[in-house]
Amino acid sequence: MKILVKKSGPMTTLQDLGRVGFQKYGVLVNGAMDSFSSRLANLLVGNKPQEASLEMTMIGATLELCAGTIFALTGADLDAKIDGLAVPRFRPVYIKKTCTLRCGFSKQGCRGYLAVAGGFDVPVVMGSKSTYLRAKIGGFQGRALKDGDELSLGTPSAALEKFSQRLAAKGGPNAAFSTVTWFAPGNFVFGDEKIRVIQGQQYDWFTPESIKTFFSTPYEITLQSDRMGYRLAGATLAQKEERSLVSEPVTFGSVQVPADGNPIILLADRQTAGGYPKIGAVVCADLPRLAQRQPKSQLHFKEVSLVEAERLYLQQEHYLQQLADVIERNLQ
Amino acid sequence: MDNITEILKQAKIQPLGEAAVQVSFGDKIDPQLSRCARALGSELEKSGLAGIKECEVGYTGVAVFYDPLLLGQEKLAHQDPELSYSFQVISERVRKILAEMKLGAEDNAPKVRVPVCYGGEFGPDLEYVAEYHHMTPEEVIKKHTSGDYLVYMIGFAPGFPYVGGLPEEIATPRRKTPRLVIPKGSVGIAGKQTGAYPLETPGGWQLIGRTPLELFRPHDMEHPSVLAAGDRLEFYAITPEEFKEIAAREGGGSK
Repeated sequence: MKILVKKSGPMTTLQDLGRVGFQKYGVLVNGAMDSFSSRLANLLVGNKPQEASLEMTMIGATLELCAGTIFALTGADLDAKIDGLAVPRFRPVYIKKTCTLRCGFSKQGCRGYLAVAGGFDVPVVMGSKSTYLRAKIGGFQGRALKDGDELSLGTPSAALEKFSQRLAAKGGPNAAFSTVTWFAPGNFVFGDEKIRVIQGQQYDWFTPESIKTFFSTPYEITLQSDRMGYRLAGATLAQKEERSLVSEPVTFGSVQVPADGNPIILLADRQTAGGYPKIGAVVCADLPRLAQRQPKSQLHFKEVSLVEAERLYLQQEHYLQQLADVIERNLQ
Repeated sequence: MDNITEILKQAKIQPLGEAAVQVSFGDKIDPQLSRCARALGSELEKSGLAGIKECEVGYTGVAVFYDPLLLGQEKLAHQDPELSYSFQVISERVRKILAEMKLGAEDNAPKVRVPVCYGGEFGPDLEYVAEYHHMTPEEVIKKHTSGDYLVYMIGFAPGFPYVGGLPEEIATPRRKTPRLVIPKGSVGIAGKQTGAYPLETPGGWQLIGRTPLELFRPHDMEHPSVLAAGDRLEFYAITPEEFKEIAAREGGGSK
């Protein structure tokens, strides 16, 4: 089966959980900005959570879907419609007859994820289907989608056969799609609570006033932000003295501060190493919420301990595992 | 050797987020620190500890990326409930490896030879670099091909080597205005660094030549980067004709 891309949207790429194991060769990790939503979308269509999904940014795509396709939408509310009818998110949707899924401007969140049963049939490059824009590898032909692209789909898991038949029988004879009455709660990614941060390796390089400022004043995500990093605007941060740092590895969520004092949060397409001091690191559990913040929105940061960050990490993984168990039962 | 033992003992282990640590041997660019980092990186990869996702060797240490969920299932000899469990597991393992680590004699692996076509359209800044140092372009080439180079790490772009060992006499500041496009294979100088761009990217380095080697090979899972941290390098000059020949052999990717 195939998906025909009628309109791609400004930045729609295939992403899975990233290209792991090659940073020592300078190869970026890439992967979904909001990995929670990408994993949830895949679980909802009977795929493994590490399968790739379509990540659509701010404006969604318009896609022609074939009869028999099962897909799920998670993350941002991209105002998805089929034949003028709203398509619900966070649940599997079955296409009864070939039709067009139209997405629009985001009503909530920044990045929507679309997963299809069977996954996307694109080559696995260095262990991943994620699009690596700069190197032009991975994903669909190593680039963001364009109008007119045709995406091949994989074969859905055999375990999904019965569920698929049940959905096919649902809805009226003229309905274009059918779905289920249950849904997976994946809405926490839109929470606007403070973004939690643990101390970075060069935390002590900053003046106490700057540290206080960082954790008590708002920072805006500027328009010069993308999958590589969020450039923030707000009170500038000062170091106690001018010191230079030898380039060292960074991670998803590292908050680095260049000489101009404006912090940058490194994200999925970050380079593998950086030479700016790191005041902190956003805890992994808050990266999905961070990824869903739109440009021009304000962030507030809160310092937490490493122990707390680990607790939050495990809590989120357990939550996803619970969802996975319930979804698996419901798909039988 | 005492020096090395001392470096290993003084390793600092710091959290790099709650799913990674940075093990540092110091804060200087130094061949000895680099050697320790590479040795630790390869020991960690051999350790086969479930939960370690990957290791990235840097100038002065190693970043270890891990899954706190999987490391949480590992046993700990002494647990401090006040500290992150997975951080304690990874620290304990790293300390153990460091304590048992033996660095053999400096390896004398042959130098990796990198062909470079200097000057002309391949190296638009060669003349500038020569003028800057009151040399002839030929003298710059002679200096650049005579350096004793060490690849400290691969980063910035896939397969991009951070190379130390550029002769001081040809160290040149970056261009004031970076170029929007630097052709793939370009060999450049930035301050005391030299290196080669595996992909077309923007950049501010002074471009003195170009190599026809495909430095990044994404479809080779084993060796996606021709160069690796720890490689000793030698640049040698080739003619435009030789450039074409090698480029054709390499798959015609370099133009």
